[in-house]
Amino acid sequence: MTSLDNRSSTTRHTPSTEILLNAYRRMRTIRSFEDRLHVDYKTGIIPGFAHLYAGQEATAVGICSHLSDADQIASTHRGHGHCIAKGVDVVAMMKEIYGKQGGICDGKGGSMHIAELSKGMMGANGILGAGAPLACGAALADKVNGNGHVAVVFGGDGGVNEGAVLESMNLATVWQLPLLFVVENNDYAQSTPQQRTTSVKSYEDRAKGFGMPSVTVNGLDFFEVYQTAGELISKMRQGGGPVLMECKTVRFYGHFEGDEQPYRPTGEVDSARQNKDCLKLFSARAPEFGIHPEQLEAIDNEVNALIDHAVAEAQKAPHPELNELFNGVYVTY
Amino acid sequence: MTRKLTLKMAINEAIDQEMARDPKLMLFGQDTAGGVDAGGEVDCWGGVLGVTKGLYTKYGDRVIDAPPTEMAYVGAAIGAAVSGVPVIAEVPFIDFMGVCFDQLLNQAAKMRYMFGGKAETPVVIRTMVGAGINGAAQHSQMLTSIFTHIPGLKVVCPSTPYDAKGLLIEAIRDKDPVIFCEPKNLYETTGDVPKDAYTIPMGKANVIRTGRDVSIITYGPMVQRSLSAAEQLAEKGINVEVVDLRSLSPLDLDTVLSSVQKTGRLVAVDEAYPRCNIATDIVAQVTERQFGLLKAAPQMVSAPHTPVPFSPVLEEFYIPSVERIIQAVEATTK
Repeated sequence: MTSLDNRSSTTRHTPSTEILLNAYRRMRTIRSFEDRLHVDYKTGIIPGFAHLYAGQEATAVGICSHLSDADQIASTHRGHGHCIAKGVDVVAMMKEIYGKQGGICDGKGGSMHIAELSKGMMGANGILGAGAPLACGAALADKVNGNGHVAVVFGGDGGVNEGAVLESMNLATVWQLPLLFVVENNDYAQSTPQQRTTSVKSYEDRAKGFGMPSVTVNGLDFFEVYQTAGELISKMRQGGGPVLMECKTVRFYGHFEGDEQPYRPTGEVDSARQNKDCLKLFSARAPEFGIHPEQLEAIDNEVNALIDHAVAEAQKAPHPELNELFNGVYVTY
Repeated sequence: MTRKLTLKMAINEAIDQEMARDPKLMLFGQDTAGGVDAGGEVDCWGGVLGVTKGLYTKYGDRVIDAPPTEMAYVGAAIGAAVSGVPVIAEVPFIDFMGVCFDQLLNQAAKMRYMFGGKAETPVVIRTMVGAGINGAAQHSQMLTSIFTHIPGLKVVCPSTPYDAKGLLIEAIRDKDPVIFCEPKNLYETTGDVPKDAYTIPMGKANVIRTGRDVSIITYGPMVQRSLSAAEQLAEKGINVEVVDLRSLSPLDLDTVLSSVQKTGRLVAVDEAYPRCNIATDIVAQVTERQFGLLKAAPQMVSAPHTPVPFSPVLEEFYIPSVERIIQAVEATTK
């Protein structure tokens, strides 16, 4: 972890065994969910686009482990991981991605707009940067309600250059909103590397420009993400303003399914899977916290069974009734 | 109790009464109070034309001067609304909507549908529309049809102080995003307004003048001009009915169809650019359903397909005139 201006709290957020096992379960669920989608997309059975989160699990889970359902997050087009980290039902998510009845959004949102407001998941978003103003609003609601809740907005290394994000950094600072700006830097905006999309090397320089404290962490290290996010979120709950947190991470799959990633250097992905796999990093350190490999293996097996179940349920679920087209445009009329 | 109020003060009173009723309701926009923290007079503006003056003094931090960044603060209004805090946000001129359009087009309008009918977004975006104050091309447009086009948004445009208050209170209490279009050159017009709060439903047009010969369908700043045209035509023996749509989405097509059923003649009047506007929509919808009973080709009166000019002479030429409305009505009776 590097600098964090105005940092006074040194509270350690040492996770309990229960928190760690739950975090591992969510990370593994994301990985298995995405790995399975990657396989099933190739068969052509799933409609539309999917942007897979595999590789970045420690970031979503490390942060969302500190959030309750009342703390809202605004996600990106790469939103499955954020949903699972926030506790959205995996079977209903899978049905949604298949566009089926029983989907979390009745089959009308799909992968790119998957959401569950009752879980504090304000939605994946097909528009880059668009979640930032919405998250400002969520954080404003928390601030005026004085309930100690916070909001988190995720963005990628490309998307955070959108004007919506920059305006929101200004607004959140001027209004001192309890809002965590998370930059998930996986080095690529679709196929374009960071140096071609972003005028500064570190996104902390952006934060400085807005007078906002910032920090950079190894987004692959669950423990580091968890510790740092815990400190930042605690401060926000006590009335603190916005902070930017850059998480350096990796993307295992292409920008979307079907992208073979010819633009990446040969061996980059293989090397990342070998040396920068956040799940492997987690497992390697788990014994320090009294967690045995068998416990993780048991979770792996349960998760794999859950994903199999979700896929089976999604595949056999009926398509929406045609009159569903007309529902849910307005609350009234 | 009813007394005379300007349209501007009717809007102010609607917001005031709703903020008193709902302690959660917030109001923000550019200079909504004006001068907060500047060291001089506070609450001295009330928005660029003074509509919200005095509300900061009454409601304090629930009224916020936002930075001039429409995308962030309109988006924040939407995000707060979907999080249970209703907001009235002001985009001073509808011309500025381009700056925050994504938040309306792709976020506010879509959330409920995309999320399987679960989101409620009680947000009102107040904005000024129309020509007539020499604001020229970027401060004078009547862009109502752009928002009417989008499912998920409601669009309201009042023509009288009475309607402005009742429709705004209705919009504030509504759970969907509403674009509330205020004809700025009607701000100083006066009319009877009850003191107590009341609502006027959206999707219910007002037959503001009854007649049997020709139906004029219009809204907003063209209502008064249509009434003036109707009065002059009455002297020529042509009995005109004027329907004020009040809200453009939802649209009260039933009242329009009933009127045309009676008269058999249709003139649609919209201050907007002439292509794909409310007038073309009304003519299309009526023609599709009532082609057989039309006694003459429907007429449309709109602005020309040009930006709004600055020159007062050109601007007056640009805005649909009473004379043009009269000519259109007469064209249906020949």
